[in-house]
Amino acid sequence: MGNGTSIGRVRGLGSAKSGTHHWILQRFTAVGNLLLVLWLIFSILQMPGLDYESVIGWLSQPLVAVPMALMLVSIFWHLKLGLQVLIEDYVHDDGLKFVAIMALNFYAIGGAALGIFAIAKIAFTGGAAA
Amino acid sequence: MLQGNETGMAQAQNGTKNRPLSPHLGIWRWGPHMAISILHRVTGDGLAIVGAMGLVWWLVAAASGADAYATFLNCATSPIGYAVMIGLTWAFFQHLLSGLRHFVLDIGAGYELQTNKTWSVLLPLLAIVITASIWLMIFAGSI
Repeated sequence: MGNGTSIGRVRGLGSAKSGTHHWILQRFTAVGNLLLVLWLIFSILQMPGLDYESVIGWLSQPLVAVPMALMLVSIFWHLKLGLQVLIEDYVHDDGLKFVAIMALNFYAIGGAALGIFAIAKIAFTGGAAA
Repeated sequence: MLQGNETGMAQAQNGTKNRPLSPHLGIWRWGPHMAISILHRVTGDGLAIVGAMGLVWWLVAAASGADAYATFLNCATSPIGYAVMIGLTWAFFQHLLSGLRHFVLDIGAGYELQTNKTWSVLLPLLAIVITASIWLMIFAGSI
């Protein structure tokens, strides 16, 4: 295995043509998770309580709702990339692999959408029950 | 040379049965570097499934009203709920620290045997210390 052609090196592409993209996004979202989840943990530890009113009041603030929404994007993107590699490593049947990766995409996009919608609802309505 | 070729052909004729296999879990001697790599994947999977679902459950419960949130809090503050949250805290810090190790390896550093071994032993211990510190502070009521 050599170092590829010079044009391949310049473009940063290996033989798979897309592995670098996956790898870089895994790192970008890792940094996103590092910053945003640590922020969430420290924020939760500093909150006076985790009762309904406190949490709704906290999540209603723009500077909480937006990082939370971004955190969900970063988390679900990162876990989608990570679980995809897990599936590719251990699921060898082509059909099963196809279904597993499809289910993973549904989980990642659906989970992120649900979480972001919940944050948006709280932020826009102050959590007032409809 | 000739002999080599004959051997090669004989192997090819045997189909896939006698082809050399890449070393796998069964024959490697366990070491810290191997354990931390597996821990990274296991904790990542746990966070991806249990952690992400728990987070979304928390948010959806809060968005659904006081009753749904009370149900969530009841589950989260049950003994099993605490066990899950402590487990997730550990998984997060383990994954974070072994992830930082990957960033260091990504820039081509830290591959020296002793360095690799040292950090592979220290990081899991650090993850346990951080997790224990956070939860001891929570249970002591100092947060």
